[in-house]
Order: sequence, then C-alpha cells, then structure tokens
Amino acid sequence: MTERPMPPPNPLTTGFWDAARRRELVIQQCECGRYRHYPQLRCPECLSATWTWARVSGRGTIYTYTVTHRPFHPAWADKAPYAVATVELEEGVRMVTDLPPEDTADVRIGLPVEVFFDDQGPITLPRFRLVR
Amino acid sequence: MSRARKCAIAGIGNTAYTRGTDKSTLELHLEASLAALADAGLTPADVDGVLPSAPAGRSADEFILNLGLKNVSFAPSAHMGGASLLSSMQSACLAVETGVASCVLVPAGRRGYSGERISTGHGVVENVQATVREFEQPYGNMGAAQWFAQAAMRHMHQYGTTSEQFGHIAVSCRANANLNPQALMHGKPMTLADHQASRMITSPFRLLDCSLESDGAGALVITSAERARSLGKGQALIAGIGESHANVPTSVTQKPDVTIVESLQVAAARAFAMSGTTVADADTVLIHEGFTWYVIAALEAIGVVKPGEGGPFVADGNIRLDGPLPVNPHGGALSEGHVSGINHVIEGVRQLRRTVEPARQVRDCANVVAVNEGNFFEGTVLVLEKGE
Repeated sequence: MTERPMPPPNPLTTGFWDAARRRELVIQQCECGRYRHYPQLRCPECLSATWTWARVSGRGTIYTYTVTHRPFHPAWADKAPYAVATVELEEGVRMVTDLPPEDTADVRIGLPVEVFFDDQGPITLPRFRLVR
Repeated sequence: MSRARKCAIAGIGNTAYTRGTDKSTLELHLEASLAALADAGLTPADVDGVLPSAPAGRSADEFILNLGLKNVSFAPSAHMGGASLLSSMQSACLAVETGVASCVLVPAGRRGYSGERISTGHGVVENVQATVREFEQPYGNMGAAQWFAQAAMRHMHQYGTTSEQFGHIAVSCRANANLNPQALMHGKPMTLADHQASRMITSPFRLLDCSLESDGAGALVITSAERARSLGKGQALIAGIGESHANVPTSVTQKPDVTIVESLQVAAARAFAMSGTTVADADTVLIHEGFTWYVIAALEAIGVVKPGEGGPFVADGNIRLDGPLPVNPHGGALSEGHVSGINHVIEGVRQLRRTVEPARQVRDCANVVAVNEGNFFEGTVLVLEKGE
C-alpha cells in the first residue's frame, strides 16, 4: 500500500499539524477576530500580521463533494470509490477531507460532519465523518 | 487611447494532435512555431519577442538556441495554468503597442498523453499548487477532475443542473469534431446514451465529461494590425483582451461561491470594455474546457446566460453548430484535443479567415470570443474581430 502524499509542513503551517497530533483542530485567527484558512502571513482584510492558533469546534457541514472512482494516486488504488468532501466549519472556513468508507454512499451536500484524527505515520490528519 | 484593434494574429501553426508521440514537448513547440512563422510569411529573424509556456515547462533560451533568434527584447512567461495562453497574448499586445517588441511568438501545448500527463500526477507543478499539496492532496483531492467535479456538484445542487445537460456539451463537441479531420475524435461519433453509459471518473464527471489527454502544440505570431495586413494576414484583429486573477487563487474549494468563476466575469468585462462589443456580438464562443461543466460555467460567467441557466441553455441546442451560438466548432479540448487552449484560438483565426472545412464554418463569422481558465479559476478572455 502506497502512503498518502504528505509534504513536510513549513514554519507557517507547522502549528496546525502539531495541534492535530494533540487531537486538536486549530485555525489561524487574526487579532481582528477573523478566521483564515489556509494559513497566510497576514490578514487580507485588516493586514495585521498578529494572529494565534484558535481551537475550533470541529463541527461543520458538507459544502460539496465528489466520489472518486478512478484513483489519481496509488495511495487510493485499493480504496476507490472514495468520497472527497469540502467541509464548511461552523467558524466559516472550509477544509478538505476524505470521508471514511462507510460514508461514501450517504454523503450529500448540507449534511453535518464532525472531526476525527487519523494518524498517518509522522503526521496526524484531521479528517471529517458524517454525524450519525 | 484605445488599445483595441492595434494588434492581430498574423500567423498560426500547429502540430498534429495525437495520443502518443516520439517528440519532446520542446520539439512540438518548435515545430508549431516554425509553422506559425511560415503561415505569417515571416522567419525567425523577424522575431523579437517569445513568450514561453510555463505550464509546458518551457523557457526562452530554448527558442533562442533552436530557432536562432538573435534579437529578443521581450520574453516573459505567464503563470496562470490553463489561462496562461491568453495572458501571454495580452503581454504580446502590450509589447507591440508600446514598441517594446514588434513580432511576438507565443507557443503552447504539451505532451498531455505521453509526457506531462495530469491524471498520472506528471503535470508540470507550479508554486501556486503548494497549498493544495499540503492541505488537500493528503486527503486524496489530487487533481483538476476532482476540483472541478466539486464545483459541478455544487452547481447541480444549487441550480438543478444535470449530468444529461453535461452530456449535451460532450455530444455537441463530438459532432463538431466529426467535421474536423485533425480532431482526435474524428470518425468516432457519440450519442447522449454513450455519454450516460461512460464510466464514472469522479462524480458527477463521467469519462466523456473529461477533456482528452493528448500530445500536440500550437503557436501564434502577434504583430501590429498594420503589419499583419501588409503580410496579407490581417483577418484576425485583437479587438479586446482581458485578464483577471482570482481573489482566492490557491484552491477551488475556498471560493465564496464555487459555482461562479468570478475572475472570468471580470476578465470578460475587461475584454468587452476594450473591444467596445458585447457577448451578444459573438458569432462563436471558444471555451478551453477541461470538463463539460466548465462550458456551462463559462457561458454563465461571460454573460451569455445568467448563473444557473447554463444547463437548460446547452440542452436546448443553443451551442450546437446549427444553433444560435456555436461553441467550439472544432470540437474543443473534449474532442479535438487538449492543447492548452491554443487550438481554440487557432480555430477562431481560421473561422475568421474562412479556412475551416465548409461544413463547420460559422456563417458570416466576424466576432469570436475565446475563454481560458487556469489554475484555481484564473480567467482570461479574448475578442477577435474579422479584419482585412
């Protein structure tokens, strides 16, 4: 089984992955209060470079998804079909996840999801599953 | 001072479009470049600008060395993925209009089948993809088919767009390709039932919703309109051109409304502001379409129809060759070949020159709108007009 493609985190993003290792989902929050994802140096609204990693709820809904039958990477060769979803968190930002196999047939836009943590070697992936 | 109609496409050239080639991507670009120069009645000695295609991994030195270019004053590359071609054309026009260069070569295309094949992870990777590599690919959101599929899925959810409506686009492009001997899918008819029966790639996209992975290149020669006329090649005037960079440029999934290609709305407005024409003046629209859904998205973004109306519009036959607004009379990336959008521009020039096969000549074609999309919804739009 081929491992998932995992580039090394960079100084700006490492806090996200460190938190995931601790079973926490964090998102960049600007001093102006806005959340932003994916990580950037400055807030595009107020231009502040001061921010913190804020722990978020881990709850959201399916904004959109696709069920992939033809794997585009060997890591998913024995997992197809699998669902990739774009999740909108309660805090307003979006994240991408693959859903667990039991959710492939049931995924629909608008359904509620919750975070779970999946250890993949040295990295822990925050992923989402349907709330049942 | 208006920039409209100051420049023209004086030369066009392309290689054969194939699935399999022994040639390198550079060899394809050189072959197409020489063909385009010959078409214009020019030689490499005339070229003082060359705009290498970043999505094909090309650089100016290769063209200077292999074509013996001795007088290059201008050689920027655009980094807009599939929208790079029209972005480079805009740069070419700016250079010609300001006197920085007078004869600009714009090659594009790739070995999308034999070399830089996207579905196998061998596409040319630019820095703009770094965010997706870290935050989406570890979750199996690997490539363009899945990114666009999620946009299409949301479009279906919001507007009731259907897979059958996507199928009408595929069938229309295939019918056009069957009138075009250089199309990869010439001689291979397709029905709506064929589309619906084709295997699912990544929902809602079936195999026949996806553009072809093909090998080939094309090239354009941009000069002043005056010079093009003196060469006897003044038929394709650049009336308007516009570029717009997406506000959220590093992922499709982060678009405020993923069903709308906002940058294309803006690019179209810029192109039409320059040309002084509107989308209603278009006799044909050439959309560089990675996937069927993108034709709907583009028609909505450039204002042919309102958001959400694209599906019924294509299903009603409006974009067919015999309809009121033919789209991709050459067959497009879906059925002629995926040549980084340059085959669409070349088709526009041929339509204006009246040099396409008579069966697919758009009647009285005098205004052509070409649309590029690249990276994560970057947009560029070109308006060509019939000149002398």
